[in-house]
Amino acid sequence: MSASVKPRASSGARPVQRSDAKPREAGAWLDTIGAWLLGIIWILPLLYAVWAAVHPPAYATRFDLFAPWTLENFARAWEAAPFPRYYLNTFMLVTMVLVAQLVLSTMAGYAFARLEFRGREFLFLLVLLQLMVMPDVLIVENYRTMSWLGVRDTVFAIALPYFASAFGIFLLRQTFKTIPRELEEAARVEGASALQVLLKVYVPLGKPTYIAYGLVSVSYHWNNFLWPLIITNSVEARPLTVGLQVFSSTDQGIDWSVITAATLLSAAPLLVAFLLFQRQFVQSFLRAGIR
Amino acid sequence: MNRTLNAVYAWLLLLPAMVLLVAFTHYPALATLWHSFFSTPKGRRPAVFVGMENYQVMLQDPVFWRALINNLWFALGTVPVAVGIALLMALWVNRGLAGRGFLRLSYFTPTVLPMVAVANIWLFFYTPQYGLLAQILQWFGLTGPNWLGTRETALPALMMVSVWKEAGFFMIFYLAALQGVSPSLREAAMLEGASRWQYFRRVLWPLLMPTTLFVLINALINAFRLIDHVVVMTHGGPDNASTLLLFYIYQIGFSFWDTAYAATLTVVLLLVLGIIAAIKFRWLDKRTHYQ
Repeated sequence: MSASVKPRASSGARPVQRSDAKPREAGAWLDTIGAWLLGIIWILPLLYAVWAAVHPPAYATRFDLFAPWTLENFARAWEAAPFPRYYLNTFMLVTMVLVAQLVLSTMAGYAFARLEFRGREFLFLLVLLQLMVMPDVLIVENYRTMSWLGVRDTVFAIALPYFASAFGIFLLRQTFKTIPRELEEAARVEGASALQVLLKVYVPLGKPTYIAYGLVSVSYHWNNFLWPLIITNSVEARPLTVGLQVFSSTDQGIDWSVITAATLLSAAPLLVAFLLFQRQFVQSFLRAGIR
Repeated sequence: MNRTLNAVYAWLLLLPAMVLLVAFTHYPALATLWHSFFSTPKGRRPAVFVGMENYQVMLQDPVFWRALINNLWFALGTVPVAVGIALLMALWVNRGLAGRGFLRLSYFTPTVLPMVAVANIWLFFYTPQYGLLAQILQWFGLTGPNWLGTRETALPALMMVSVWKEAGFFMIFYLAALQGVSPSLREAAMLEGASRWQYFRRVLWPLLMPTTLFVLINALINAFRLIDHVVVMTHGGPDNASTLLLFYIYQIGFSFWDTAYAATLTVVLLLVLGIIAAIKFRWLDKRTHYQ
């Protein structure tokens, strides 16, 4: 899998490479060696996972260049846990969260960026507080709330606390602030309603922010673990991360081949997307990083 | 639009986001404080007001102190290292090193991989006798300890994983900052005959200061929120040597179902996050948030 994807990803990045490196500098070689050493250490866990997953169990901990290849570990992992269900749950979770976040953040971001009203500063402060205190920390109370709502052990319950995102609101507020007011006024003159202005002027111009935020949000919720672990206890609601944990803590001795195969299965969609769109991914994180 | 109508429109736009923010961030934070003064309801016996009793129990709870001290060490050990490596990575990747595409990819992959999946792989690395670390040490005729099963090494082993997981993400922020530095500064410094170190020390480092503060704060918040790898790799053991605050809260709240005591512990965590938030607002956000 990785063998066919990786060359493409790296060749896609090659054109950006600047040629202003001066090999004459004495330190340049040291830099290159250091950077590569770190790079290899950083990718080693992934390489190991791929190695163990595509070789028979006997080679999971014994590294032999001539070990035979196999895809059986994936088949065994697939049969040992209800992966289709987990995929579906994770997919529903990520979609639900993203749609809600985009809609709510757009509305709130626009209000904070362009409308004058009393209490704006105070409300914005309330939003910013969530940047420090994420719902992950308040697990006990949020569990209570979910029980009270009667939605425990559902995908909806995993998603609900994250629908309103301070980061999203903040990011879109900043983006909308950079859009010239004249555009809005022109649209108003044309007879556009308030909602039309938002949908026809602000949303299209905020597209890069939406993409960047979307990627950050999807990867965060794809990987989120603690809250889903607490709020779900059945296969019907479990996302991949929790499923993987339940799967790998079964006490039938540790079968690294199957665990690594399952690990790759859980991370695969995000990982493949990342390998294919590496540059866009990093760029969008870059963009989202600038505050 | 007149002013009243404007305000109504703004509040309508903000309503859904604010309701959810209050429901899953502000209300639970206050409810946590409230419930920390009550006993845990058991069976038919409802919660009774116990005042500071939970706090007295907490102050005499050796595991709480262990978790708090562990968490402080964890923050102290991971934050500066992760941020330092992130800066190094960004400096390397920002220049035209050979294989820059691969390096960016490998530095950043840990960020996209689910922590749970990653923890499984590291679990193998740390396995005594046949784990990767043990095998590498064997080449040199050394025998490593049982990394995750020994009190002295369990927490440092987890810290390693965190540094590995986070450095690539923080690199992005530095990369963003570095790309904003005008190349003419470098040329001017070189013309003046400055060495690379001098250029870094006198020009880059001060320019990167806001980014460093921002990354430090985020790393600090993360250090107090991390839990996934504790759940997967050590479960706080051995002998609570790797118990962190949020993990202890999770354990008390969802293994022992002592919700009142979990609330008390959460108050401490909120206090810690509050202190970090205060620092953040004082130092950083005055400029960026309210322009």
